[in-house]
Amino acid sequence: MSTDWNAYPAAGLYDELIGPGGGARPAGKALLQCLAGLGDAEIAVRQQAAELAIKAMGITFTVYHEQGGSIDRAWPLDIIPRTIPRREWTRIEAGLRQRVIALNRFIDDIYHDQRCLKDGIVPASIIASSKNYRPQVRGIDPPLGTWAHVCGSDLVRDADGTVYVLEDNLRVPSGVSYMIENRHVIKRVFPELFENAAILPIDDYPLHLYDTLAALSPRKETRPEVVVLTPGIYNSAYFEHAYLARQMGCELVEGRDLAVDTDDCVYMQTVRGWTRVDVVYRRIDDDFLDPESFRADSTLGVPGLMRAWASGKVALANAPGAGVADDKLVYSYVPDLIRYYLGEDAILPNVPSWRCGEPRHLEHVLANLDQLVVKPVDGSGGYGILMGPSSTKAERAQFASALKADPRSFIAQPVIKLSTVPTFVTDRLEPRHVDLRPFILSGPQTWVTTGGLTRVALRKGSLVVNSSQGGGSKDTWIVDTEA
Amino acid sequence: MLARVVENVYWLARYLERAENTARLVNVNTNLVLDLPAGFAPGWLLLVDISGGREVFDALDGRADEASSERRIVRFLIAETQNPGSIVASLRLARENARTLREVLPSEASELLNEFFDEFTRDLANGLNKRTRFEFLKHTVLSLQTLAGLLDGTMNRNDAYTFLQLGRNLERADMTSRIVDVRSAQLLPADTPELRPFDTVQWMSVLKSLSGYQMYRLRMRSRVRRADVMQFLLRDDQFPRACGFCFDAIRRALTPLPRTGEVLEMIDGARGFLAEAPLEELDQAGLHVLIDRLQLRIQAIHDGIARSYFPSRDGANGTLLVTRAREKAQSQTQRGRYSL
Repeated sequence: MSTDWNAYPAAGLYDELIGPGGGARPAGKALLQCLAGLGDAEIAVRQQAAELAIKAMGITFTVYHEQGGSIDRAWPLDIIPRTIPRREWTRIEAGLRQRVIALNRFIDDIYHDQRCLKDGIVPASIIASSKNYRPQVRGIDPPLGTWAHVCGSDLVRDADGTVYVLEDNLRVPSGVSYMIENRHVIKRVFPELFENAAILPIDDYPLHLYDTLAALSPRKETRPEVVVLTPGIYNSAYFEHAYLARQMGCELVEGRDLAVDTDDCVYMQTVRGWTRVDVVYRRIDDDFLDPESFRADSTLGVPGLMRAWASGKVALANAPGAGVADDKLVYSYVPDLIRYYLGEDAILPNVPSWRCGEPRHLEHVLANLDQLVVKPVDGSGGYGILMGPSSTKAERAQFASALKADPRSFIAQPVIKLSTVPTFVTDRLEPRHVDLRPFILSGPQTWVTTGGLTRVALRKGSLVVNSSQGGGSKDTWIVDTEA
Repeated sequence: MLARVVENVYWLARYLERAENTARLVNVNTNLVLDLPAGFAPGWLLLVDISGGREVFDALDGRADEASSERRIVRFLIAETQNPGSIVASLRLARENARTLREVLPSEASELLNEFFDEFTRDLANGLNKRTRFEFLKHTVLSLQTLAGLLDGTMNRNDAYTFLQLGRNLERADMTSRIVDVRSAQLLPADTPELRPFDTVQWMSVLKSLSGYQMYRLRMRSRVRRADVMQFLLRDDQFPRACGFCFDAIRRALTPLPRTGEVLEMIDGARGFLAEAPLEELDQAGLHVLIDRLQLRIQAIHDGIARSYFPSRDGANGTLLVTRAREKAQSQTQRGRYSL
């Protein structure tokens, strides 16, 4: 039996594949034709084939607190791709580039002259109360003046088709390895589609990442020694750390492999002796990076690493302190920052946000808790969020008291009816909500991945796409409809 | 390559080799029990001593004594997760190490190890059942040989491979000497007339447990004689499970590494020690002492490798200045030598 696309229940929502009339949108024509030709039984077979491939390829992610420890799980991939027309993507790409350039300017400004505070673009209070602001890095000039070399911004599409930026991740965003591996799996599963449709390739990310990192090296005369710094095998993104190190041909190091000498240079301990390191792509949070500067009890980091970075003997990506722009309160000012630094209007809009630290906003949020999404300003991974419409009375009461106690720590947004993509559920295709995380590299050039990682909420009606909370993923196709 | 990474490769190789040889050890004892006449059946508890697990065993089982049943001891050696020397614990540690080595191990090898571990734990009951034990352990040995072959056939000959060789051969020398020790300690009182006829049969079973019977015949061109078997298992330079061969393999594997002086000296010391041992004249007790001394040398070789190449345990920063200074001095003297 086959999915009846006329009965496909996407009413009131924006489906990325199926248009209002029940037919495919232009970028999905070839895909829908193929799916209709296969039938649901054959799609089920291919879904199984994809799951086997993922197991065999060892694509895993780690979940914490299951039976007390951490456990490796096969990466959840739904085989129905999400399609975006190239023309639309070109505009999104320009919007992301503009956004990340402004954010880097903002971070550099915050740690130097703080012009944006003096000019009243952003209130000074939001820096003082930001958990990710690092006074230790004020006055430091990182190479190229760039702070957030790798950014992952989350995009969502509302029911009317508008694409919004939901948040920017400028600390240690993850997911890019899954974006690449999803494509490898889907190519095995749907080879016929790649022969006929004009789907743009994505697997050059590790090369661009390497070039971005290598450009930061303080030693221009030698081939730079770039390393990936991981907290270790129990980190949820360890697969990605190992993957990127392997793809870039770099060492995957832990804090205990590195040491800073009296010459302020960073060395790694190899079989052949101590070797100088030029660039550290660190996948450890600021707090754990250097026990001399941040948390003294951290055993994951490297004592003296900040000293080495401040003296320009090693480059760190992302730079410590870049997370100041990751704060969701700062997020609410990004359109203003783009206008301020670049003299341009934001190409991609923000989701309208209420800043709970402002009394009038707080009042509105408290009166409409059942309509809104309330988020901690410094959170990530979908933890600690109140989803108003699906919340219980007790949860709302709990959030109300948390909001009153510490309003600065929260923002609230209207519920975005995330767009959907047909997703294989048990034995047929049903709409499920998705978001999209593209990755933006900032170095000598600003470069955006072709598409990104599409995350999908596998539970019916759910808007939570995080893989740590039962979300899945999809391959993302940028389709050249004019080719 | 990172010091931490090669240490993990080294331990991966040791754990895999240990799992394989523990399987061989249990099988050789099973055979000995079958070969001996009733009333002279050897105790199983000796295996616990030989695998170095007596303390753990006593702690787990209360006061163990010679009456400890075969079943309990076999379970301890094969399936006891709290015995760090058991097959299941060795495999689990090997897997944990492999997990940290994704970027240096061929992915097929990690996949094979995962599959094999799942299969091993699934079929574990067969290893505890006397009737199916032999086949189960034989399959374990073959699976680990498959993995070793895959690594040999697919890995770059780089630092990781070097340390795979070091770990594998050192553990193998250690375990071969332990297996010889089982045999030497089993037969007490020594050389009683009633037992002499069984001598040959039992040395054959030792050889077979090491897949060495056929190779022994090929190499020694003699019937199975105690002194010849000892010569073959301890000194031979052709049979890959012989201690002598393993020491030679370590010597060869060290070639691409810097700072090999200390370890090479110990290898030569161990080789010389075996060459001078009066194998023809040793009685059971004498052989046991010889093996004890050999194992001390093997431990010293491990310590030498760890000192020369592994991350120091007392925190990277404390030792950084010292070791960097030493390296600088070394490279300067080398440079001096070349310029002369």
